[in-house]
Amino acid sequence: MEPHYQHLYDILAHSQGYIFPNEIDLQWGILIVVYPFITGLVAGAFILASLERVFKVKILKPTYQIALLTALSFLLVATMPLISHLSQPQRAYEIMITPHSSSAMAIFGFVYLWYLAVVLLLEIWFDYRHSMVVWSNEKKGIMKWVYKILTLGINDISPRTVQWDRKLGHIITIVGIPSAFILHGYVGFIFGSLKANPWWSSPLIPIIFLFSAMVSGIALVMLVYMIVSFFRKKVVDLNVLDTIGKYLFFILILDFTLESLDQIHRIYEAEESFEIIKLLVSGKLYLTLFVAQGLIGTIIPLITLVFLQFYKHKIKLQKTMYFIVSILVLIGVYSMRWNVVIGGQLFSKSFSGFTSFKVGLIGLDGTLMAAFWLLLPIGILTFLLWLLPPWKMVKEED
Amino acid sequence: MSQSTSTMGNEKIKSSRRKFLKTAVTLAGATIGYTWLKSSKVLLFAAEPKDESLPYYGIVIDIQKCIGCGNCAKACKKENDVPVEPFFFRTWVEQYTVKNDGKVNIVSPNGGIDGFTQTVPDEDIFKSFFVPKMCNHCSKSPCTQVCPVGATYESPEGVVLIDEKYCIGCRYCVQACPYGCRFIHPVKKVANKCTLCYHRLKKGLAPACMETCPTGARMYGNLRDKKSDLVKFLKEHTTQVLRPNLNTGAKLYYNALSSEVR
Repeated sequence: MEPHYQHLYDILAHSQGYIFPNEIDLQWGILIVVYPFITGLVAGAFILASLERVFKVKILKPTYQIALLTALSFLLVATMPLISHLSQPQRAYEIMITPHSSSAMAIFGFVYLWYLAVVLLLEIWFDYRHSMVVWSNEKKGIMKWVYKILTLGINDISPRTVQWDRKLGHIITIVGIPSAFILHGYVGFIFGSLKANPWWSSPLIPIIFLFSAMVSGIALVMLVYMIVSFFRKKVVDLNVLDTIGKYLFFILILDFTLESLDQIHRIYEAEESFEIIKLLVSGKLYLTLFVAQGLIGTIIPLITLVFLQFYKHKIKLQKTMYFIVSILVLIGVYSMRWNVVIGGQLFSKSFSGFTSFKVGLIGLDGTLMAAFWLLLPIGILTFLLWLLPPWKMVKEED
Repeated sequence: MSQSTSTMGNEKIKSSRRKFLKTAVTLAGATIGYTWLKSSKVLLFAAEPKDESLPYYGIVIDIQKCIGCGNCAKACKKENDVPVEPFFFRTWVEQYTVKNDGKVNIVSPNGGIDGFTQTVPDEDIFKSFFVPKMCNHCSKSPCTQVCPVGATYESPEGVVLIDEKYCIGCRYCVQACPYGCRFIHPVKKVANKCTLCYHRLKKGLAPACMETCPTGARMYGNLRDKKSDLVKFLKEHTTQVLRPNLNTGAKLYYNALSSEVR
């Protein structure tokens, strides 16, 4: 028997209650969990960078370029889990050339390209142009040419031109903030606009996606900053961590409030899908929702972040705690994506039963593939940090 | 004198030109606005039967007539090349058993193809009935709304179809159908669903499931033809669509639908 059918027979044996026969095969697997997680990291990292630039939070300066390059690294990979989960990936381009105007999914390519080409690449280019011109003059051999190509032949580094770089970069950042909001709010809308699925269908979903995106992106930048400092054998600035920690705390509170509101609203309205959703969260999602997302990803980080605002004794301990908090928050947001994407498909639209989900290790839709798409951006980030080291940039006066 | 006349004439021309421009701009604005609203069906998504000369199909399933033989599901798989594994169905039959304690037992082993056995003891049964399911061919179908490339569409006859050469296999439509009527064809790797046997309809033949039904529990017809058997049936019976709260514009009407059915 074909392995796919064998897999479905296994699932059928583990299904509970009544599910429509076509629902045994779960449509969106782990790759669609990874996709909103990655785009969330992009939006969140970018928003943190923008905070520094637009609101002139000077103390976050050491994380500014790191945040931008992190956003770019993840954005470059963001479409890959989507494309690789298509049954006809070779037709993916159709979504760009013949988008269907009523589909919430159809504009993804355009939102993505706008964000990649107009916001991130331009902002990074304006930011690095001066340094790249200098590097292309200093370096020898192939690297000289790499930087020369990256400057696109615009080698003018007179103060006036450099001033213009900064001005334009500033404008792009301002355009970028709503773009980042749109990018991730939009990803939420893809789920939130499906009336067939009561677990997804909610006007709060885009906003929840957005805030959880910011939470995860900020946590990631904090983590990357610490790891980069470790490899560079530089001291991690505790003030930077405290400031990021403060933002993380406030946005996590907002995120937690919104998600709680969504659930309380469901519980209080108790519509026809309420019984099945109650069974879902107390059963199949118990570990990932209450333990991973709620306790590990939200409550413990919140308490720790409050504690860190008051505890100012052992510096090393504080840093270790920030390190752990950022990882816990990332686990929490990943679990949130899991709970939305997988959770929303576990119960039948007949509201009378559950299918089950067993993620495979290998294959295009397996754990290894998902892990690959999550690790690839880290590889890209390492390369970008080597190619465009923020710490070697030409210093400019404010 | 002639001077003043010509001035007046000029003013007349000016004012009429202004009027013309105003009208033109209003018309152009209205046209653009209308086409924009019309194209962005996200905002205004409603049924609009196109070609009046063609039939506009609706379906009736009479629950009181269904005996749960499963011939419909079997015939459909044969006619439409649907894999025999019990995970892919364009149509299937559900058996509902409402127990005396109010609990509802729903089953559909192999979509009902192999028939049903009642596992609930007779004395515990309040009532039991069969519900055949198939695509509702909604006029405001959520599945066509979400397709990112427009590979699924409503035919002028009101039949929801899929262009297999065009579907990218994103599965968004499968998620959007509240009735569980879509699946990804394991061999063709594209979305698949009931076509109301469009290939047969075009030849004047009934859909396979209806052709084979021994009790005539399924019926299709032209909703536009007020004298058709279908319209007559709808007039004489109290019918209901599934999940009316979702406003999908379903054109599959059930007679004697019990509230337990979703």
